[in-house]
Amino acid sequence: MDEEKRIGVFVCHCGTNIAGVIDVKALAEYAKTLPNVAYAEDYTYVCSTPGQTMIRDAIKEHNLNGTVVAACSPRLHEPTFRKATEEGGVNQFLFSMANIREQNTWVHMEEPEKAMQKAKDVVRMEVARASMLEPLTAKTVPVEKAALVIGAGIAGIQASLELADAGIKTYLVEKEPSIGGMMSRLDKTFPTLDCSQCILTPKMVDVERNPNIELMTYSEVEDVSGYIGNFDVTIRQKSRYVYEDKCNGCGKCQEVCPVSRPNEFDLGLQPRKAAYVPFPQAVPLKFTIDMDSCIKCDLCKTQEACGDLEAIDFDKPDELVTVKVGTIIVATGFDMYDVERKEEWGYKVFDNVVTGLEMERLISASGPTGGNVIRPSDGQKPKSVGFVLCAGSRDQDEEDGAKPYCSRVCCMYSLKHAHQLIEKIPGCVPYLFYMDIRSFGKAYEEFYYRIQNEGGKFIRGRVSRITEDPITKNLTVTAEDTLLGQLLEMELDMVVLANAVVPAESTQKIKTLLTLSNSPDGFLLEAHPKLNPMSTTTDGVFLAGMCQGPRDIPDVVSHAAAAAAAASIPIHRGSVTLEPIFAIVDQEHCGGCATCIGLCPYGATELNEVDGKLVASVNEAKCKGCGTCGSGCPSGAIKMQHFTNEQIMSEIEAFAQGW
Amino acid sequence: MAEEFEPNILGILCNWCTYAGADLAGTSRMQYPPNVRVIRIMCTGRLDPAFVLKALSVGADGVLVSGCHIGDCHYLAGNFKSRRRVALLRKLIEEYGYDRERLRMTMISASEGAIWAEVVQDMVNTIKKLGPNPLKQAVAAGQEGVAADDEF
Repeated sequence: MDEEKRIGVFVCHCGTNIAGVIDVKALAEYAKTLPNVAYAEDYTYVCSTPGQTMIRDAIKEHNLNGTVVAACSPRLHEPTFRKATEEGGVNQFLFSMANIREQNTWVHMEEPEKAMQKAKDVVRMEVARASMLEPLTAKTVPVEKAALVIGAGIAGIQASLELADAGIKTYLVEKEPSIGGMMSRLDKTFPTLDCSQCILTPKMVDVERNPNIELMTYSEVEDVSGYIGNFDVTIRQKSRYVYEDKCNGCGKCQEVCPVSRPNEFDLGLQPRKAAYVPFPQAVPLKFTIDMDSCIKCDLCKTQEACGDLEAIDFDKPDELVTVKVGTIIVATGFDMYDVERKEEWGYKVFDNVVTGLEMERLISASGPTGGNVIRPSDGQKPKSVGFVLCAGSRDQDEEDGAKPYCSRVCCMYSLKHAHQLIEKIPGCVPYLFYMDIRSFGKAYEEFYYRIQNEGGKFIRGRVSRITEDPITKNLTVTAEDTLLGQLLEMELDMVVLANAVVPAESTQKIKTLLTLSNSPDGFLLEAHPKLNPMSTTTDGVFLAGMCQGPRDIPDVVSHAAAAAAAASIPIHRGSVTLEPIFAIVDQEHCGGCATCIGLCPYGATELNEVDGKLVASVNEAKCKGCGTCGSGCPSGAIKMQHFTNEQIMSEIEAFAQGW
Repeated sequence: MAEEFEPNILGILCNWCTYAGADLAGTSRMQYPPNVRVIRIMCTGRLDPAFVLKALSVGADGVLVSGCHIGDCHYLAGNFKSRRRVALLRKLIEEYGYDRERLRMTMISASEGAIWAEVVQDMVNTIKKLGPNPLKQAVAAGQEGVAADDEF
């Protein structure tokens, strides 16, 4: 570039976060000595309004044409300072950021001198980079006025209803035959004791009736391409072997079906047929033939069953549907920890040891026992029930796949079970073995007091072993009562393991398709844990509910509504600004070797004949800016904008200039 | 040498995984040696082999490339390509007289701040054992013209 480079360097104190470790004034003074630096200054908080004003004013006052801020991570504040630079009248892509906090003063607190040297080096490198940056123009593209929601538990349902009510066409994809998710399996919800189905079913029906929602059950997202505003999504609608438009939900196919197998919805506690709906309130109320169990006896097709409706067709294939959406919400929920791995508790070995979710089905009026809580071994009503809290949560035993985090729902649902047992079975005593009772939500602590007053017994200590009397099938629970400092052995009729919630297996595929990341706990990673818990690092993709981490129903609903609001913003705005970080081909130097064609994962590089010569070109809309083609081009004809060879090489040269 | 040798290592990190992981190490205040200067690129797929050669030729004692785990690449497969390139580059730099351990590629996710701290510590230990960049050693020993006509 011909114009003389005049770069301004702004060093942030970040309170004492940076200034407490290194000498920020000396760093600014050092910056003044660097080539192309016309101005340098330090300030307590550069990201604050006065700090940003300082950048704008300095640009004008000192006629700057490039800026460098030495502060926190560009992953945090790059957009802030780009904006300030642009407002000062300089192209926002002529800004570069030196990370002297996350990757310096916070990690080298004990070595201030070396941290200072590193800060100087990094500022020098960024100034060198800023000297080579070129102005770019951000591109604006229109946004498709539709959204996709993956998963139709309470999170997906809530998000879809919010989007649809905001006038946005919403595709709601659910892999199971019915929507409703985990919440549809619950009996009552804590602490208000609302019946879960009673509050959920109306929402499920709303989803089915809402003209803006296109419900796709028994379907899975197969492929996603494109970018924010313009995602192309391929959805596999698995064959139910039943035509949904012909099935009226009469259930005669189910009546005649001779096959019996465990119902997944009831966790196998009662059977279902091969022709089935998972539960009576299912939405849509359309039957599904489970072809893995079907014996093709054709009884369901007879005149007494489906007959004239002719809704059943064993040859009905899967269908692939492609939809175009502007934004995507992931609401893929969670799985339950496989507590069988904790051998000391004897789950699946002793009949009367059940999980929290199994207890939920046993206690539910729509469950296998019609809400009569019975011992699986003999059908008797239990008079004493132990609850093992934190079964797989707050447990650092990696070998058993246990999780160090708190699952956030088990304390409360165990309290609720305790209440329900006291209510349903006169004389029944629940014993809760706990580490801490975490009753943190609105009216939760009050609910805890209520169960104490109702006669729930609380023992602070972990259960180390459960054994079974082979004749009575009663269980002996061994635990330490840490408040009394005593070892405790107690004979109980039944034990409920409040097992942890864990990341859903099925989320993995979605994670890969949308290039999302995990946090250390295995749940999906949010854009920012506090300030942006519903967004992801993939623009246009949002998170709702348990897929991001354990939370209870009120929190899931709030999170889903937040995700819907965030997902509706680009749609309502009608357009999004894309980073102009894409590759361009210098066709004069391109030899047409096609190396870049094989390197691009998005098919953005194309080979065309121009003036009788084969040359490559990059489709801007498809290019995501990884730069893989640029570093593979043998003739150096591909330029990766904002990360050009010249820019990176200048950083490397500056790296070596300090020593 | 009077002072203990402090290696100068160039880190080339992808924006989505390792750079974020290194930020997490910072947010968690994990302490590690201050020997790495980081260049952020969007994807390790952007790693031009020339970057590594350039870094060594200007005197870097080591180059640490780090990106997403296989299957986690934000751009689907950039890390596959850089892994390939780094494997080849390690052989190439050996031909030039550099120990292959001076170039290393790791895969560190956005949630693995602790691993980033460990990797830096480990890389610093390795380079301390290897000593300064042989090019710098040669220059220090007064072998003039070594860079021009010898194996460098």
